Amino acid sequence: MNKFVVSPSPHIHSGLSTAQCMYGVLIALIPAFLVSLYYFGLGALLVTVTSVLSCVIFEYLIQKYLLKGRPTIANGSAILTGVLLAFNLPSNLPLWIVVIGALLAIGIGKMAFGGLGSNIFNPALAGRIFLLISFPQQMTTWPRPANMPMGLDGETGATTLNILKYGSTDDIINIDMIEMLVGNAGGSFGEVSAIALLIGMAYMLWRRIITWHIPVSIIATVFLFSFFVTIDQGIEFALIFAELQIFSGGLLLGAIFMATDYVTSPMTRAGMILYGVMIGIITIVIRLWGAYPEGMSFAIFIMNGVTPLINNYMKPKRYGEVVKNG
Amino acid sequence: MKTFKIGGVHPQENKLTAGSPIVAAPLPQQAVVMLSQHIGAPAQCVVEKGTPVKVGTLIAQANGFVSANIHSPVSGVVAKVDMAADSSGYMKPAIYINVEGDEWEDSIDRSNTLIKECNLDAQAIINKIDEMGIVGIGGATFPTKVKLMPPPGMKPEVLIINAAECEPYLTNDHALMLAHTDEIMVGIEILMKAISVNKAYIGIEVNKPDAIALLTDKARSHNGIKVVPLKCKYPQGGEKQLIDAIINRQVASGALPVSTGAVVQNVATAYAVYEAVQKNKPLIERVVTITGTSLKNPGNYLARIGMPIEQLIEAAGGLSENAEKIILGGPMMGKATANIQAPTGKGTSGIVVMTQEDAHRQEPSPCIRCAKCVEACPMGLEPYLLSKATAMGNYEVAESHYIYDCIECGCCSFSCPAHRPLLDYIRMGKGKVMGIIRARNANDKK
Amino acid sequence: MNLITLSIITLAVIGAISALILYAIAQRFKVEEDPRIDQVESLLPGANCGGCGKAGCRNFAESCVRASSLEGMLCPVGGNAVMKQIADLLGMEAVEATPRVAVVRCNGSCENRPRINTYEGATNCAIANSLYAGETGCAYGCLGCGDCVSVCSLGAISIDPVTHLPVVDIDICGGCGACARACPRGIIEVRKRGVKGRGVYVSCVNKDKGAVARKACNVACIGCSKCAKECKFDAITISNNLSYIDSDKCKMCRKCVDVCPTGAILAVNFPPKKAVATTESTPQAPDTTEAQNN
Repeated sequence: MNKFVVSPSPHIHSGLSTAQCMYGVLIALIPAFLVSLYYFGLGALLVTVTSVLSCVIFEYLIQKYLLKGRPTIANGSAILTGVLLAFNLPSNLPLWIVVIGALLAIGIGKMAFGGLGSNIFNPALAGRIFLLISFPQQMTTWPRPANMPMGLDGETGATTLNILKYGSTDDIINIDMIEMLVGNAGGSFGEVSAIALLIGMAYMLWRRIITWHIPVSIIATVFLFSFFVTIDQGIEFALIFAELQIFSGGLLLGAIFMATDYVTSPMTRAGMILYGVMIGIITIVIRLWGAYPEGMSFAIFIMNGVTPLINNYMKPKRYGEVVKNG
Repeated sequence: MKTFKIGGVHPQENKLTAGSPIVAAPLPQQAVVMLSQHIGAPAQCVVEKGTPVKVGTLIAQANGFVSANIHSPVSGVVAKVDMAADSSGYMKPAIYINVEGDEWEDSIDRSNTLIKECNLDAQAIINKIDEMGIVGIGGATFPTKVKLMPPPGMKPEVLIINAAECEPYLTNDHALMLAHTDEIMVGIEILMKAISVNKAYIGIEVNKPDAIALLTDKARSHNGIKVVPLKCKYPQGGEKQLIDAIINRQVASGALPVSTGAVVQNVATAYAVYEAVQKNKPLIERVVTITGTSLKNPGNYLARIGMPIEQLIEAAGGLSENAEKIILGGPMMGKATANIQAPTGKGTSGIVVMTQEDAHRQEPSPCIRCAKCVEACPMGLEPYLLSKATAMGNYEVAESHYIYDCIECGCCSFSCPAHRPLLDYIRMGKGKVMGIIRARNANDKK
Repeated sequence: MNLITLSIITLAVIGAISALILYAIAQRFKVEEDPRIDQVESLLPGANCGGCGKAGCRNFAESCVRASSLEGMLCPVGGNAVMKQIADLLGMEAVEATPRVAVVRCNGSCENRPRINTYEGATNCAIANSLYAGETGCAYGCLGCGDCVSVCSLGAISIDPVTHLPVVDIDICGGCGACARACPRGIIEVRKRGVKGRGVYVSCVNKDKGAVARKACNVACIGCSKCAKECKFDAITISNNLSYIDSDKCKMCRKCVDVCPTGAILAVNFPPKKAVATTESTPQAPDTTEAQNN
């Protein structure tokens, strides 16, 4: 005789699992990874492998021996944290620093709060910020892309962001936008190619892993805000300046992959837009008037902290909330 | 294309039996008729052991305003009036009837002739519907006459016929629309007359193009009836969602749907109304979709009420070894049962047999706050929050986040990548919060 | 010099104004409280276990001060000694409370009550109960999802991994009744705690007719009323096909245990019977007694 299964409705499921969401993001990161391998070679590979391995191992050890629970490394969230952390690091960072970053990201950024789903801050971002403050020297010395297909001499020390912050108007106008789009620029290795990151975003939107609200609101805010603060230097300059702000530094990586982290971003569409707008504003404020040339990490980090508040006040539009009868 | 505005999901349709004709299921040897097949008070039994009955004999009388008459679905002798385990396994009062032959009450017109004219006035129609024990047979089994008699001060403006059939697997309404188009049209006109409106919309999801074409064609000769194709999106057939989709109005929280001026009836109910009013036939049989990949003959069966589930599955080819879950109704809102000896009721729209792979739920993992449940909720609620508040016993938070607005459609659990049983908790929390609110209101009155 | 004087004055003024505001607010929103609440609280163990059925020790102290009599108030941790002190403090009559203990009245282990289906919903008895009759044929028995376990603030209840039934640790249980209220099927009853934790009770709440109940579970009470006839103290009543032993009337003679045909009546925590006595008892009863104790 059949022994039947009984459960409350619904009896079917979309089939989407946590692991699928995580691996979907990883797939979306592949183009950016390939570009960084092309430009930075072995360094990028070593940093990524070290970061992923240490994240997974730390998560396993902490879950098994500290929390005495069943390890859930198979859901891919530790791998994703590892990759995102690596993408935020320079490719020539000493590997022992990478391991420390992974420990801080997983141990303090995630597990200390109770593991996946309970963390307030994006773990990869927490790891990066710890490293940025602890090892400012190593974290801000980026190699120029090693693989120079266009035969350029890679002796410039300053990144685009430094030019944007401290350079003269001429310096800014002379920045080659095309190079930045394909990734031939200095920076943490995951953030250099705007096109690869945008391909990743397109993939995630197509697979409905993320919605457009966060990345679009961040990018639009950054564009508009930086355009209007430089408009006194002429519209043409302001346009170039605003575009450069979008394509430089970690903005796209942050907007597409870091700020959209499920756990640490708001739950409603209106909340997501508010969150994105605030990240955009804080980023530009830090970039233009703050002590650091890059403000994306801090902006996301601050807004991560505000997310519970946003969730409390930004409620979804309910059915029948506004009765429009007539 | 029209659709509701908030949330919704699109499950795989799996309409295996789409297009299959309605086949009469065999008669059972013993029918077990539950006294509570509708929302409201159970009916009062009016027969006793040994009473001979025919098909259509009144065997239990409505007990109060929100209740419904029950008629014998078979002819034979009442074997006993006793408790019977229903599909949940709990014992409920029921009438057992031993089947002998198939003799119908003389008053029932069993011919196929279409009777278009209805000379009864609104009250007489409602009385007839009440007498024949018609309930909403889309699944909710709310007594139809109650919906046709809105409280004073509310005036229906339009009739909406729910033919969306948004549940995966089910095709019983679809089959009925193809087979009895004319009767349904007359049924709709009768319903329009009963609530004195001159406009009716038939909402059908676009995955039934043949039914849309057929009904649109017939609707041309009927004044005021219009077919509205709807986007395939679950829960398009939810009463509140349907009103939103078709007349672009929303029901306020806690208000009756009729406050928007719309009265919603299922298409199968419209057919039952036709049969009741024009043919004098009580609600004693209905179309049941018996489906599942493991069945040999899945199809749309015309089955008498009170037939054991097991025998119906037998008629469709029988249970296979790997059948592991039996669902009464659709897979999104239907009830799983372990008791296949339980009889069907007026609300049994389908029997879905799930096999091994589909039957099991996945192990839940922690919430990753992906907001997919918030996105999916057609009522614009926050399922993750409601479910957590209920699990923690924090009913104030649940209440302040409108848990009582939940329509239990299951979109949240369906879309949760962490496989959390969101609706399981919300359903319980909703019950608790409603209880708290009722108690408070009763206290305030004192 | 002038600057320093000015700063001192400014600060002093700010301090004075703040003090005034604070004082005004403190007066305006002052909460009058009975000083005895603090005194009672200091007598309590301060474990905030919730065993008394109140939210914590302070809440219990408030209820004691407000109450007109200490009837029914018991701090299960402090026991009658603490209650006596409280009574003296409040000038009330100390009410010697009968110690009570939670008893799980279902013995439907996997062996006694075969599983006929599998539940896959949320692990919560209330949800399972509102959904259906349960994994077994018994619509009254334990669902085993552990609602009682999660409400017990003392950690006195746990689910036995073999029988899937809750087990009460009588050394910890304070008899607060939180589990009894949480059980959607009313299986758990708070009963009089016998000497050394002894107790005699009907371990079944099935109200179905005897045959139906027995079909679902080997150790179901079939309402045969043999026990009621045997009892000399009028402690046993039969209603709805179910026997019930009133723990306040029961003298623990255990005659009912011996006559029960299904072994539904359990006698727990009694010393093993002497060799002569064992032959009289049914073979089932001692086994189940063991299972309950562990």
